[in-house]
Amino acid sequence: MTIDIRNIRKTFGDFVALDNVDLTIASGELLALLGPSGCGKTTLLRIVAGLERPDSGQVLFSGQDATHTHVSERQVGFVFQHYALFRHMTVFDNVAFGLSVKSRKERPSKEEIRERVMKLLKLVQLDWLADAYPSQLSGGQRQRIALARSLAVEPKVLLLDEPFGALDAKVRKDLRRWLRDLHDEIHITSVFVTHDQEEALEVSDRVVVMDHGHIEQVGRPDDIYESPATPFVTQFLGDVNLFHGRVDGGSLTIGDYAHSLGQQHAGQSDDAVAYVRPHDLDVSRVADGALAAGTVEHIHAVGPVVRIELAQIGSGETIEAALTKERYRELGLMLGDTVYVTPKKVAVFLKDQAQQDYVI
Amino acid sequence: MSLLNRQHSVLPGFGLSFGISVVWLSLIVLLPFAALVLMSTKLGWSAFIATVGAERVIASLKLSFGASAIAALINAVFGFLLAWVLVRYPFPGKRFIDALIDLPFALPTAVAGIALTTLYAPNGWIGQYLAPLGLKVAFTPLGIVIALVFIGLPFVVRTVQPVLEDLEKELEEAATCLGASRGQIFRRVIFPAALPALITGTTMAFARATGEFGSVIFIAGNIPLVSEIAPLIIISKLDQYDYLGATAVAVVMLGLSFVLLFAINAIQWWAARRHGGGR
Repeated sequence: MTIDIRNIRKTFGDFVALDNVDLTIASGELLALLGPSGCGKTTLLRIVAGLERPDSGQVLFSGQDATHTHVSERQVGFVFQHYALFRHMTVFDNVAFGLSVKSRKERPSKEEIRERVMKLLKLVQLDWLADAYPSQLSGGQRQRIALARSLAVEPKVLLLDEPFGALDAKVRKDLRRWLRDLHDEIHITSVFVTHDQEEALEVSDRVVVMDHGHIEQVGRPDDIYESPATPFVTQFLGDVNLFHGRVDGGSLTIGDYAHSLGQQHAGQSDDAVAYVRPHDLDVSRVADGALAAGTVEHIHAVGPVVRIELAQIGSGETIEAALTKERYRELGLMLGDTVYVTPKKVAVFLKDQAQQDYVI
Repeated sequence: MSLLNRQHSVLPGFGLSFGISVVWLSLIVLLPFAALVLMSTKLGWSAFIATVGAERVIASLKLSFGASAIAALINAVFGFLLAWVLVRYPFPGKRFIDALIDLPFALPTAVAGIALTTLYAPNGWIGQYLAPLGLKVAFTPLGIVIALVFIGLPFVVRTVQPVLEDLEKELEEAATCLGASRGQIFRRVIFPAALPALITGTTMAFARATGEFGSVIFIAGNIPLVSEIAPLIIISKLDQYDYLGATAVAVVMLGLSFVLLFAINAIQWWAARRHGGGR
């Protein structure tokens, strides 16, 4: 089922949670809504579910206006961050809940319910816990039961609100791989909300990056990571070094250094900010094509990558570079050395574009 | 936790605090009870049976426990409703009503008794309209029930209220998403979650009601075999210096209360186990 979100606006008092948001969710895809807290992603998800009403705008399910359809009739499965399992019911009864509240006419027989619940419990690999109570389960197990419960009513859409947010790192990793596999198996249109960029990029088919109530960028995870559309997206997706300078005549000038840019910046002339990820930054002993010079302040050589912290000469700002072990050995870096940094890949945003810096 | 096989705890002072608790409980609760039971044995078995088996005593015990049970059940229903309204709906004067709930806790029970009698006596504000309908409230068991409802109400409200407040909104949202109607959500999600607290509150209201004296004696009229409660029997025996007789009745009340509270606790334990999954 496709979902069309058209011009949705939602305010809470003076706070604009969603500022005329448009989004189309394709049938069968796994979409991530990514953004910092307060960016409106959860509100958007709750509006799709029908748990929240938009001030204006429409939500269309398969082209049909569902804006005013009651939650209980939307056929959405919703998974909450804190599971929201019914504590006084066994795991089995929790999963069977959606089936058992159906009107007598639609309700499957006891045997059918039993069969379906056990099938779902097998799907989430917890059929051996059918008679347990939620309090006896671990967080990861609870969330899987919550998922099975929401799938029991055969929803057309699955909505997950920070589904792994309350779990510890290891379980979170396992579960997100598991969710990916599950989605490949059942292919239900799914939307999940997260503030963890790694999670969004790893699990989803497409990512929607949001900030301050509007959508910053929509795209496949690698597109978003490789070519972020805005400074916000660039900064939100991972560690990044900032260089303030000027674009002129197709090259970027930062202090004494000039770095030639590609065609798309040819006609521009303005103050600009260049964003370079640590692993896109090469350290070298020659100044050719460099962005800046710096003195080596720290070397963290643990793990497969060597992280170098440099103090930029002139501004004193910290530059972070991630080098391979081989490159590091080749350079023979020592603390206090003066070296040059050259970007392998740089994202440049002109000043008026770069104004909206990301603040947590 | 077994004393012999207790686990090492990081919290210091278990021995000391546990010791003080036991001594304190013994002094304040167990010792008087033990004295009571010991005293009653002085009476001798046959005299004990004769005292306790007297028609007036039996009638008063039935009345005390019966009226308390009815009052507790009424409180369970309306106390829950009140707690629900206070938690769920914003309305003007909510804080005032919330404060009003505690009044029966704070009011001297005799004051409550006098007030209720004034209202429900055949010539009282409410009583005068009920009398022509053939409804007598004051000086009948009905009056006793009303007094007991009055003093028991806060117990139910104050135990159920926090539980309803703590119920996550998400539970209801989850149930709605699964297609449950409002009625189904209440019956299958909210009520079961609040049930252990409701049982606790009702038990407390019941226990309080069985021992209630001050507010009841005014409105009860204390007619032997009709509206005479057990605590009054004890008082009147004491008035006649029949200490042993009073003790005998007291022991029976104690025993009955204990059995009932134990039974209710068993239900409570069962409900909590269902709720908490055998924690």
